[in-house]
Amino acid sequence: MIANAVSSQFSFFASLLLFACGAAGSLIFRKNDAAANFCGNAFAIAGSIAGLISSLLVLMFDSSFTCGMGSSLPLLSFSFNVDKLSAFFIFTISLISLFASLYAIGYVVHFYKKYNVGALGFFYNTFIAGMMMVVSANHALFFLIVWEVMSLSSYFLVIYENKEKRNVKAGSVYFVMTHIGTAFIMLSFLLLYAATGSLDFSVIKENIVNIRPVIKNLVFGLALVGFGTKAGMIPLHIWLPGAHPAAPTHVSALMSGVMIKTGVYMFIRIFVDMMSDVPVWWGMVIVTAGAVSALLGVLYALTEHDIKRLLAYHSIENIGIILLGLGSALIFLALEMKPLAALGLVAALFHTLNHATFKALLFLGAGAVISETHTRNMEAYGGLIKQMPQTAFFFLVGAMAISALPPFNGFFSEWLTFQSLFAGIRSLDITVQGVFILAVGALAFTGGLAAACFVKVFGATFLARPRSEEARHAGEVALSLRTGMAALAVLSLLFGLFSGTVAHLLSEVVHSLPVFNSTEAAFTANASLFKFNDNFASVSLPLIFVSLVSVTAAVFFLVHILTKSRKVRLGCTWDCGTHLTPRMEITATGFSRSIITVFRGILQPTQQYQIEYMDAEIRYFTKANRVRLEIKDMYSSYFYSPMQDLVAKISEYVKQIQGGNINIYILYIFIILMALLLLVI
Amino acid sequence: MFKFYSKIFSTGRMVIHLNSLSCGEGVEVVGKKIDQKIIKLFQGSLAIRAVDTGSDNSCEQELTALSNPYYDVERFGIHFVASPRHADMLMVTGAVCRNMREALVKTYEATPEPKIVIAVGDDATDGGIFRGSYGVLDGVDKVIPVDFAIPGAPPSPTTILCHLLKILEVIDMKKRDSERS
Amino acid sequence: MKSALIWTIQIILIPVLSPLFAGIIRKIKAGFQNRVGAKITQPYYDFWKLFHKDEVISQDASWVFKFAPYIIFAVTIIIGASVPLFTSIFSFNLLSDLLVVVYLIALATFFLALAGMDVGSPFGGFASSREMTMAALTEGGLISSLLALALAAHSTNLFSMVHSASSLSIFSFPPVLLAFFAFLIAMLSETAHFPFDNPATHLELTMIHEAMILEYSGKRLALMEWAAANKFLIFLSLGANMFFPWGLTASSESTAILTALFLFLLKALILTLFVAVLESSMAKFRFFRLPDLLLVSFILSVIAIILII
Repeated sequence: MIANAVSSQFSFFASLLLFACGAAGSLIFRKNDAAANFCGNAFAIAGSIAGLISSLLVLMFDSSFTCGMGSSLPLLSFSFNVDKLSAFFIFTISLISLFASLYAIGYVVHFYKKYNVGALGFFYNTFIAGMMMVVSANHALFFLIVWEVMSLSSYFLVIYENKEKRNVKAGSVYFVMTHIGTAFIMLSFLLLYAATGSLDFSVIKENIVNIRPVIKNLVFGLALVGFGTKAGMIPLHIWLPGAHPAAPTHVSALMSGVMIKTGVYMFIRIFVDMMSDVPVWWGMVIVTAGAVSALLGVLYALTEHDIKRLLAYHSIENIGIILLGLGSALIFLALEMKPLAALGLVAALFHTLNHATFKALLFLGAGAVISETHTRNMEAYGGLIKQMPQTAFFFLVGAMAISALPPFNGFFSEWLTFQSLFAGIRSLDITVQGVFILAVGALAFTGGLAAACFVKVFGATFLARPRSEEARHAGEVALSLRTGMAALAVLSLLFGLFSGTVAHLLSEVVHSLPVFNSTEAAFTANASLFKFNDNFASVSLPLIFVSLVSVTAAVFFLVHILTKSRKVRLGCTWDCGTHLTPRMEITATGFSRSIITVFRGILQPTQQYQIEYMDAEIRYFTKANRVRLEIKDMYSSYFYSPMQDLVAKISEYVKQIQGGNINIYILYIFIILMALLLLVI
Repeated sequence: MFKFYSKIFSTGRMVIHLNSLSCGEGVEVVGKKIDQKIIKLFQGSLAIRAVDTGSDNSCEQELTALSNPYYDVERFGIHFVASPRHADMLMVTGAVCRNMREALVKTYEATPEPKIVIAVGDDATDGGIFRGSYGVLDGVDKVIPVDFAIPGAPPSPTTILCHLLKILEVIDMKKRDSERS
Repeated sequence: MKSALIWTIQIILIPVLSPLFAGIIRKIKAGFQNRVGAKITQPYYDFWKLFHKDEVISQDASWVFKFAPYIIFAVTIIIGASVPLFTSIFSFNLLSDLLVVVYLIALATFFLALAGMDVGSPFGGFASSREMTMAALTEGGLISSLLALALAAHSTNLFSMVHSASSLSIFSFPPVLLAFFAFLIAMLSETAHFPFDNPATHLELTMIHEAMILEYSGKRLALMEWAAANKFLIFLSLGANMFFPWGLTASSESTAILTALFLFLLKALILTLFVAVLESSMAKFRFFRLPDLLLVSFILSVIAIILII
């Protein structure tokens, strides 16, 4: 047991050291692109493996560790606390970064000679190391330092391809939003310090019972906004659709898959682990925010035809689903129904793991397609399944997983989230039940709309005929990219097949938190079966998988044998006798037009026509006709733009203090000195 | 709503009976004999795709009349489909005008085997009243292989139905049954 | 021995009977049009002929197009074997969960929409678009209407829901009826009947389900149409057995089984009659009126849930 603790601690710090080596090595070799690429990514792979070993040791053998060392600065101590919850997040981070780095070895080749590959390796390794430290930090000030390291390195990664203006603009929005979030986080930590007298998380946890309810609610609000900005909760999400597409693809996979989950980690750490006696309205706020994020995320995703922006909006949707599970857990905690709270938390954690897996897979697939076709616009794709068959297959696995289709992992975590919401409906009183019923409706619609969106993405990208020259000349990508994607696809299937085992492990993670120490579980799960203890529901994913595969195979062979003598002839697509051009296929914009029209109240689509005539006076024959379809971004126009104007106006007023006249400045100094003297006396 | 239902139930069934179609004699099917196997295949269920290669719509109206409550071709298992991929039989009307030539060829190639092609009406058989014009190709058999032709300008639904049933040998079978009994 | 026989009947009942119900609807609609119409068993002849025909496949099609019919048909068989049909001795069946059934249906719809887009014809493309729009909006009503029953039964296992639905008091009948109407709307949407879709139309601009299978021929077309008929019978049996659960037997006596089968057929026939009368009495709705109808379905089931708990 102690040997395990030592080895998990050792491998954790070994991984941090390996990431540091990767960062330094990339910088050292920055003149040689290939060496920098290999050095940065190989050390990242090694670091991820060490992180995996460390987290698995903690998770399976219960060898959590705490270690800290003081520093010369007052109030700051570098203390780490890796308990099972942190270990789970370290596991997720390491898993995704392992395969993203594997993918990157082949992907970064596209940046040779154009951008500084050494800088990429440096910021990439710093970013992953920062994330690992964020989920294991035990001291508020140290947490803020590594949080800033993570945000800054991700900022530099977002603006990495700085020759495109939109990437730099997206980076600035990300920079401002993440620092606004950090400001809120700092305020909440300061309030916690004022209430409990310490910045150390473990000490805060012990003294939290003395906190006044007003301060507690204020901490909740500030932490919600601060960490919600990082997590991409609506309405704090506006940086996400710009920043995630701008970064290089393996970084987007990491940002979308794991970085936003650090916000979720801190939600769990502060609201479930540290706080006690949470009021019910906290959970209701989070459930509402989750439902709104899920629905709006998927609706905005449907309006996109830039493949990476679409995937970024889906991250917002999935964060919404995670928050549904988390919010229901908080509500059950407030009502002292701890087994159900554990269930909600298991659902949230499982969806975190699943989303990291399939979102990274989807981003890597999108990156493969983009690297071959050199455009992010889905309208220029088409027919890629014949040219990139393996990428298409892995992308299909990811699309099926995110649409929550059996037998992949997304189905089980959405099933579990549904069950925790159902549990809420049947056990509570009417006001809370109303929130849960609407949440069930939101989740049901979100699942259907996500499936619609991924039919659009997969169909427009891979099926039918190529719509542009680049798509016609695309080819299959290199082995390292395919290996990264294949591994994640296999993981999606495995997490789905063994969801019972994973649920059991997650239940242990949740029960390791002190607040759940003596609660019995609401369910039993093993490798083949997941069952609720009061027989409300049970599901067995291996059975679904086995029956799907066996019945499909049986149908196929039966039909094949019985119809052996029928011939199959190749012909043209039936087109009513006309010539089919690629322009006659459905486009991504056209596919979602119906849904946009149905939801036009929320999305507010606009259409603008611009007609150019042959003769400006006799406007009869048109020369060119342009249609511009736009979706109004509600948040920018109703919330952020007015806020921006308000801040600008206030700045105008405040500017007047800086008169420029040195006599006025001396007057200010004099007044303040007088005031201070009076205060002291 | 109730007036609607009462109208349905008060109007009785008015389907013309097979025997009163007077199909038995005088129905000469012009074309080759089709395989017994194909007859057996299509006797229970026949899917027809109607192709209009530029006609004056008289044949289409007669074809449409086949599905009305009086002739009701569905009771023999024959139905019209929306795509040549689903079809067993192509009923081509109209003298093939130049612009429809390629469409007709594509429709023929889109139909899976085994298939039967019928030229309905004099226009489709050899050009009809449009024969020799610069805009038409004088008949379907100049473009795709035709198995049967139904004469008439346009042929009445009775004629079309009798020829269809003869092609399917249903009349023969029913006649044989009635002769036996 | 007996249970093996019951298992076999449960698995093959839906695929064997579904063409019959498709034929019955056609016959009733023909009766309303004062026609004779095709025989009730006509779909069997259609499928037999289609399995004997050759196929033409577009050269733009990929393996998604070629394998989708098998996957879709297999999914309908699995669901058909998991829903309560005539016997209730399968309550240990782990596949009979409400959400599993709904998401398996979503799996079949997913592959159907992909197959429609695969050939690159404009018909298949916009049919997939419409189908996914309708499927996305139907899921809310479908899950919520069955959820109302699940909450009353304290279980999401379909067989347990049937058990407790048969022992509900008279006061809980109005919410069950509301949930039934919500389910009916969702059923009409998922199985492509009026007012959502006309299964007998030839106008591609008005097709939803038919347009996705325009490109199929031969055995694959037979599998797709058979799968659509299976889906219709599955929804009929869900509607008949979930909301009016009298008639399912728990014993394995042959007389009990035969009675249960007869009652099941009777209930399914009544629902079929209702759908056929609906199809003959109204016109298909304009596409953008359909989301309102689906929202009505969701609201009805929310009211039912609130009344039940």
